[in-house]
Amino acid sequence: MERIPILQMGEYLLVTIQVDMHDQLALNLQEDLAERISRTSAKGVLIDISALDMVDSFIGRMIGTISGLSRIMDAQTVLVGMQPSVAITLVELGMTLPGVSTALNVERGMQKLRDRVERS
Amino acid sequence: MNLRSSGTQPVRLEQDVVLARQTARKLATECGMRLIDQTKLVTAVSELARNTVVYGGGGDMDWQVLEDIGRVGLRLSFRDQGPGIPDVRLALTDGWTSGGGLGLGLTGARRLVDEFDLQTAPGEGTCVTITRWT
Repeated sequence: MERIPILQMGEYLLVTIQVDMHDQLALNLQEDLAERISRTSAKGVLIDISALDMVDSFIGRMIGTISGLSRIMDAQTVLVGMQPSVAITLVELGMTLPGVSTALNVERGMQKLRDRVERS
Repeated sequence: MNLRSSGTQPVRLEQDVVLARQTARKLATECGMRLIDQTKLVTAVSELARNTVVYGGGGDMDWQVLEDIGRVGLRLSFRDQGPGIPDVRLALTDGWTSGGGLGLGLTGARRLVDEFDLQTAPGEGTCVTITRWT
């Protein structure tokens, strides 16, 4: 089955979404991440969506779910790299991703993740 | 208003939603649509194509590239032979869903385009048509 790779870097997990995801692929990622957080005791998850030229309500919901499930598994999630046109469209669609922590790029996202993990 | 080109493609499987998005992106680019307008249209297509697969039991997407005075438009219709929508007003309410979703698909798609038309009747399928102009 098709899968989006999850990389581990110390106590952090990194996911870069580079394909046009169909719904099942998004659901697989959600399950894989929960399983990896549990197995590796990861403290943070960084999701890079800079290659995505569209985020619809399904992908938006997946991002919210990942953020929520990682929180209850004692890990922080930061979403990075959202393209401006995607951000505008998401808000117009009615999705403001409440509770999802974001950063403009990977570097700032990692910094934010470290800060949050240290504080928690 | 002139018809420049048109076509149809199936929207039956989950993967067809991805293909519908890709067709919409290609056509929108060819129309000379700005990136932000492309993104809005492709996102609306994604929502409507998913509805066709999930709620309509599969159907087709028709597309038309239109020419009007000083502007180009892309019109897309999502047709299915599914159960139809019993209460259109309810279906066009933000946050209402008959499935497990967020209830943003239909209403969200409507906000992302210039023209929106919904034809449906119980037992007679659904056809949603959207248009975005340059």
